[in-house]
Amino acid sequence: MKALSQKRRHPMAAIALLLMGLLVTGGLYAVATTVNQAKADTTSVSASDVEEGGKLFAANCATCHGMGASGSQAGPSLVGVGAAAVDFQVGTGRMPMQMNGPQAYQKPAQFNEEQTRKLAAYVASLGPGPAIPEENLVDGKGDASAGGELFRVNCAMCHNAAAAGGALTRGKFAPALAGVSGEHIYEAMVTGPQNMPVFNDSNISPEGKRDIISFLKTIEANGSPGGADLGALGPVSEGLFVWIAGLGVIIAFTIWLTSRTS
Amino acid sequence: MGNHSDGSPNHSGTVATAGQSEVAKFQDPGIPPHRLRLADTDPRAAKRAERQVALLFGSSVVGTVIFLVAYFAIDLGADSTIGTVRLQNALLGLGTAFAMLGIGTGIVHWAKALMPDHEVSEERHAIRTEEDRQAAVRIVDDIVEETGIKRRPLIRNTLLGAVALAPLPALAIFGDLGPRPDDKLAHTMWAPQDGKLKRLARDPDGTPIKAADVTIGSAFHVIPEGLNEMHEGKLDEKAKSVVLLMRLNPEELNPSPERADWAYNGIVAYSKICTHVGCPVALYEQQTHHLLCPCHQSTFDLTQQCKVIFGPASRPLPQLPIAVDSEGYLVATSDFHEPVGPSYWEREEHVRNNNA
Amino acid sequence: MSATTTPDASVFVAETKGGRITDFVDQRVGGSGILREFGRKVFPDHWSFMFGEVALYSFVILLLSGTFLTFFFDPSMAETRYAGSYLPLKNVEMSVAYSSSLDISFDVRGGLFMRQVHHWAALLFVASVSVHMLRVFFTGAFRKPRELNWVVGGVLLILSMAAGFTGYSLPDDLLSGNGLRIIDGVIKSIPVVGTYISFFLFGGEFPGTVIISRLYMLHILLVPALILLMIVMHLFMVVVHKHTQYPGPGRNDGNVVGYPLGPVYAAKAGGFFFIVFGVVALMAGFFTINPIWNYGPYDPSPVSAGTQPDWYIGFVDGALRLMPGIIGNWQVEQVWFGHVFSFNVLLPALVPAGIIFTVLFTYPWIERWITRDNREHHVLDRPRNAPTRTAIGMAGFTWYCVMWAAAGSDLIATHFHVALNDVTYWLRALFFIGPVIAFIVTKRVALALQRKDREIALHGRETGRIVRLPHGEFIEVHAPLDEYKRYKLVGFESPSPLPAVPNDHGVVDKKEKRRAKLSQWFFEDRVAPATPAELEAAHGHHGGHEAIEAAESQKTLSR
Repeated sequence: MKALSQKRRHPMAAIALLLMGLLVTGGLYAVATTVNQAKADTTSVSASDVEEGGKLFAANCATCHGMGASGSQAGPSLVGVGAAAVDFQVGTGRMPMQMNGPQAYQKPAQFNEEQTRKLAAYVASLGPGPAIPEENLVDGKGDASAGGELFRVNCAMCHNAAAAGGALTRGKFAPALAGVSGEHIYEAMVTGPQNMPVFNDSNISPEGKRDIISFLKTIEANGSPGGADLGALGPVSEGLFVWIAGLGVIIAFTIWLTSRTS
Repeated sequence: MGNHSDGSPNHSGTVATAGQSEVAKFQDPGIPPHRLRLADTDPRAAKRAERQVALLFGSSVVGTVIFLVAYFAIDLGADSTIGTVRLQNALLGLGTAFAMLGIGTGIVHWAKALMPDHEVSEERHAIRTEEDRQAAVRIVDDIVEETGIKRRPLIRNTLLGAVALAPLPALAIFGDLGPRPDDKLAHTMWAPQDGKLKRLARDPDGTPIKAADVTIGSAFHVIPEGLNEMHEGKLDEKAKSVVLLMRLNPEELNPSPERADWAYNGIVAYSKICTHVGCPVALYEQQTHHLLCPCHQSTFDLTQQCKVIFGPASRPLPQLPIAVDSEGYLVATSDFHEPVGPSYWEREEHVRNNNA
Repeated sequence: MSATTTPDASVFVAETKGGRITDFVDQRVGGSGILREFGRKVFPDHWSFMFGEVALYSFVILLLSGTFLTFFFDPSMAETRYAGSYLPLKNVEMSVAYSSSLDISFDVRGGLFMRQVHHWAALLFVASVSVHMLRVFFTGAFRKPRELNWVVGGVLLILSMAAGFTGYSLPDDLLSGNGLRIIDGVIKSIPVVGTYISFFLFGGEFPGTVIISRLYMLHILLVPALILLMIVMHLFMVVVHKHTQYPGPGRNDGNVVGYPLGPVYAAKAGGFFFIVFGVVALMAGFFTINPIWNYGPYDPSPVSAGTQPDWYIGFVDGALRLMPGIIGNWQVEQVWFGHVFSFNVLLPALVPAGIIFTVLFTYPWIERWITRDNREHHVLDRPRNAPTRTAIGMAGFTWYCVMWAAAGSDLIATHFHVALNDVTYWLRALFFIGPVIAFIVTKRVALALQRKDREIALHGRETGRIVRLPHGEFIEVHAPLDEYKRYKLVGFESPSPLPAVPNDHGVVDKKEKRRAKLSQWFFEDRVAPATPAELEAAHGHHGGHEAIEAAESQKTLSR
């Protein structure tokens, strides 16, 4: 993840994004319902990126998402999902999907940084959608306490108050958020991958999103003050622990205590 | 042997015991002979055990020192971090554990290795003797007889009546623990005030929501406008009035005729309080349009007016009728048409009153 | 005491320092009688006898750590803004109770440690009470004369759960707040008075502003006082009854074999307190429990995935999860006579817990009635030697465990990558068939173990040495048992079913007929203990196995 975001800081990347931006500016603000302040001004990529992305798409994604990403039985249309959706889905390895199932699993990314960027450029060229967020929104230096409040109201019911993940219906689940880059967290909020609702910028402002990321990064960096966190899963893991480890150790002591010395 | 001795007569013979009558059982060989320990025979082993015990007690002293050092040397002041708290907590635990386990294991090792380990047999004494038993029964009979309670039913019955009623004040005195419920559960603060419709506002900051803000696939956590400004009973109101706002494709909604105008452009608002036991039903799956309660997994289908499709809830989530005001903000056109949250005894009556 | 009388004086003079101190105390307050009675009282020793002590010691640890916590905790629900040192909650609006809990965790030195000691000890307390009761049940220690102490133990279990629950809610964090909300929902479902009880408990509408201070009073005063009272009664009865012992050579219902209280047993038991404390301290130092800072202050709007109660309330929560709210098209919640009957909440909240505790409290009398066994028992049953009782216990335990597992259905789903709904469907099925399977399997296993005991008693232990006989046959050498080890395997009763007995009027009434049927069910499958005659036969016959088969077919398994 680190390598990914560092390469994005490469000066060439900014220029490429700028060019891309020029190409798609016309379409970007067309739909009023997509309220998204996070659309980066630096969203600019070259035409060749789009073209190469198109080739990658045709070779790797079109089987399910259809030629021209217009969707098929096997996968939804990607017109208008934006570069953020591609960066999230491909960057976290969820796409291409390993197999059909209730939900795409996170796995090692199948495409490198460069290829992901080109794919994103291609999909973004198909229709306006949320762009990849700017650096300063995902740096984790916002107000962690305000972010915590937003997180508890909007996210904790699925992802757990300590972001340890939780179950959804019929085999779906909300993943744990430790180790997920700020960029991907941001992109997930604006695009609503799979069954996650969309949190557009009028619902949670870009600053609010930055605060949420800051909160997550803070608690991840802090760790638990009380020692090992037992998965931060709450009373179930605590109960298991006291029955297995706590009582186990005590039973070992009782056996020693009542045994005869040789 | 065989001292069952609770004094009651013919205590045996009521249980048929197999093989006892016709076949001889194995005889009890008695307590096994005592085996000597190493420390009993070998003075060096005894000395070694003694040193081990002393070492364990010594480790307890080390533990106490660790505790005191961790307590006084680690500063939880301004420049402390979570890591500092964790370190101190771990060292306090380690110190206490050493201090306690050192004493505990030391004493036990001492007892096991050096104190006499002869198993001894002690006779059980009867809990009571037959003589006592008969005397006790007689005494109770005499006491009852002397009160004459059996011969004077008037006394007995009035006493029983008085004793039965006497605790009533003790119950009544708790009458002021809380107010009467009346119809407090039937209303929320979504009801229009002075003809002014309540706007839907974001939780937690309380800013109103425009219909245009709600894109397809979004979920907003909503409180009534003005809730955050309350001081008295804010959480009580919030506990009833929290709402989840979602937008779907309008054709997916399938509203019943009487609720046709309760949604706006595919935007619907449902109570977030589970009809099962009241947890916030906040998990919205934007593709399946299911709402899931994280406490007991009741699942509600948004496309069927939040009908229960799985789990322990029995009733659909109440819907909040919404519309858009002149400035484009979402407003509740009325209160919920039924009480929100878990069922209660008087609920049906409140539903009828609300709809009357 | 190490004191001797001087031969010439009629006055007893203690010669050692310890003796003089004892004498000094005795002359002022008495007690030499008590010391004489208890100083050398014999206690049997077995690891499974220690769980009661674990419970007692956990309770002492709870009192110590709890007292510390009360010095810093403020049970007020007044609104405040957090100004302590935990940054991710800085300036967040919360109750004073939550804020002071955070202060204990982050700003009071050793406060977090004490909180974790208190909570781990609480979980351990209820767990050890439960395991202690399981031990008592499976070994038949509840039989006469200990029925009343079993009941006191059951009351202690309920009280320990009450203590745990009232304490769980005190920090006023999001997790416990949602727990209280569930309790409120369950209370509201009670017919007729539910709404009133809810309003009286919370001092108005949920959550109100008084519930924490009310629970606090219950948690630090009423419930611990009741627990203490029950512990005193419990221990008093232990003294009256003396301890039970496992069967074995030299042990019978008329004696108690073990170590004298002073010094060996007292040293072990006393040392064990420090061991329990040490283990709890280790857990508290290195493992987080109830990270309230993660959950945030209570607010009726948010909720966290994985909202569960502490383990001892888990089975009720699991039952709530398992109950379907709609069966087919039939709403389980019914409106009758204009009033609501929330059977989807009432049934799972009250019925399983009601059944478990009713059976628990009445079991000693039920078994006594079925077996008509009115004797005193001080020698325990090995669980295998009471197959039906063991099977009943395991069926109940399995039933409990199914509900228990259901409370973690979401975590089972996420951690084993199965669908949440499927977990619920499976557990619903297991709720009904799990106990039945457990009963059958346990009974068969118990009988199999009894047969193995017979086999070993008659043929000795398998040594694993294979010997080839001169005529080419291979046999495994069995080492004979000594008489002490053998007595442990054969020294038990194996009652056969007791047919209906006519009452005083010479009539076999319906109740007695039912009892006879139950007795048949209770005792029909049994393996009789090996007898000396059989041992003789087994030894006379070196081939071994045929003789045993013959003996078994003669007198065991009277089906």
